[in-house]
Amino acid sequence: MKVLVPVKRVIDYNVKVRVKADGSGVDLANVKMSMNPFDEIAVEQAIRLREAGKADEIVAVSIGVKQAQETLRTALAMGADRAILIEATDDVQTDIEPLAVAKLLKAVIDAEQPGLVLAGKQAIDNDMNATGQMLSALLGWSQATYASELDIDGDSAIVTREVDGGLQTIKVSMPTIVTVDLRLNEPRYASLPNIMKAKRKPMDMKTAADYDVDISPRLEITATTEPSTRAAGIIVASVDELIEKLKDAGAI
Amino acid sequence: MQFGLTEEQQMITDTVRTFVEKEIYPHEALIEQTGEVPHELAQEIKQKTIDLGFYACNFPETVGCAGLNHLEFALVERELGRGSMALNHFFGRPQNILMACEGDQIDCYLMPAVRGERMDALAMTEPGAGSDIRGMKCTALREGGDWVVNGTKHFISGADHADFIIVFIATGEDQTPKGPKKRITAFLVDRGTPGFTIRDGYKSVSHRGYKNMVLEFDDCRLPDAQVLGEVDGGFAVMNTWLYATRITVATMSVGRARRVFDYALDYAAEREQFGQKIGKFQGISFQIADMITEIDAADLLTLAAANRLDAGLPANREIASAKLYASEMLSRVTDAAIQIHGGMGLMDDYPLERFWRDARVERIWDGTSEIQRHIISRELLRAMGA
Repeated sequence: MKVLVPVKRVIDYNVKVRVKADGSGVDLANVKMSMNPFDEIAVEQAIRLREAGKADEIVAVSIGVKQAQETLRTALAMGADRAILIEATDDVQTDIEPLAVAKLLKAVIDAEQPGLVLAGKQAIDNDMNATGQMLSALLGWSQATYASELDIDGDSAIVTREVDGGLQTIKVSMPTIVTVDLRLNEPRYASLPNIMKAKRKPMDMKTAADYDVDISPRLEITATTEPSTRAAGIIVASVDELIEKLKDAGAI
Repeated sequence: MQFGLTEEQQMITDTVRTFVEKEIYPHEALIEQTGEVPHELAQEIKQKTIDLGFYACNFPETVGCAGLNHLEFALVERELGRGSMALNHFFGRPQNILMACEGDQIDCYLMPAVRGERMDALAMTEPGAGSDIRGMKCTALREGGDWVVNGTKHFISGADHADFIIVFIATGEDQTPKGPKKRITAFLVDRGTPGFTIRDGYKSVSHRGYKNMVLEFDDCRLPDAQVLGEVDGGFAVMNTWLYATRITVATMSVGRARRVFDYALDYAAEREQFGQKIGKFQGISFQIADMITEIDAADLLTLAAANRLDAGLPANREIASAKLYASEMLSRVTDAAIQIHGGMGLMDDYPLERFWRDARVERIWDGTSEIQRHIISRELLRAMGA
């Protein structure tokens, strides 16, 4: 079975995000970029499936700027077999919207015919949490989101989902789209031999135009603001004072 | 001129950085408190490094290792320099000098060392012989076809965990116009050899848990098979294999300085006094500017020296400049970071006092700053007859 893993280049999770002075978005110039952490979990899961003999090829796909090559190389160094880069913009500040990404992925999937798509549940930059679901609708495939456990059993996948009330286990028919959550696994480091091998693994360079997909934006960002800073707290001397303060604040 | 890293070099850097952040940082406080690395933790770090293919990555592919070049290995050590010396010792980098092994020594020392099965250490310094190697008193005398060794070595890092130690020992003396000069031979000495004792050394202000050990030889018999390289060829193996390793202190100083800088930058951007961020005061902001300028300068000096080694160019002076500047830069940067933090910088709630203590040894070991200045100036002036 072939597994397709979409990976997104996002601002590194350790970087302190700064809003651009004109409020048009987040400042991404000279900022460390990395693979979306949820996508790393998806790559790891694909490798584990291959190690368990349940997958035989892992294809990583990234859609965005040319620099997403680095993100794909990381996926290859972790263990993906080959990569496809779809260059869709040359501006690092431009985010390709979920619907456009889903349409491009559908075109890739039509050509590649994978048996499973493993994707991060969302990207940590804009937290859209939409691409996997949209892709499912476009393909008419089943979907299982927020996976914290995954088992492939012949023609179906058994997926444990992290939902508000606890854990839900569902069985979906293959081919399917699974979006992965934080607790599915702990991604491995790229080993040194694999880092050295990554350069020799194939990477197809495509553009959005190659797939004849309209990627023009449908959303307009009207403002981006810093989260409001929390006001300083106070230390109360007793439980009575606490209750009094809470009453004053109208909290109880 | 090429300043950027290749994709592989960037991935090597990122992987080692992440490894240090996830596998080393969380245990540092424990090492500071106890001064000991628990055996299980050491084994865990070592095994993870082996699994990642980074163990002995300074060794060539011919012995089954990654064969990183000098620049790539400098990047690895730069990132390791961020973390505790006591812990990153187990991110094993055996002494390159083991490549001088011949015959049975290859299977007995070289291969087990690069596979992580046996750990090594290197012993040169004596109480009476620091930078003046030829002043060493530890002596091996011929007796019945063997060597009989007597003497003491100290400041031997890593000897507490070593299964064998590469020891430089005087095997004779030549009369020269400048007075008598020792002939020196490198020996491979196994832990447990009769007459050979490894014991705890001194308590150092720098790098807790990365112990300096004392080696004692008391009529210790070594057969010829334990000679590494040629008899009286100690300086030859030293010059062939230890030349490039002197860059280590420079690379690690740069890595640690960047970690320290991040603390200083964050504090300057967050701490408020007199109604504003202290980073708005020029007294603080200019320190920040000087710190990063010096760190970048040391980084470039170090990588340029490594690059010269890869290009096969003479690099003696460049390595010495990198070691001198990077280690002195680290002292200034750690000192400034504490100044920016004020009193809190000295408290062990922050790791800054540790970085400040650790920085002090970098200007001393592997050739003091004075020795580095000597190397740099002699290389320039000797050529001019001065």
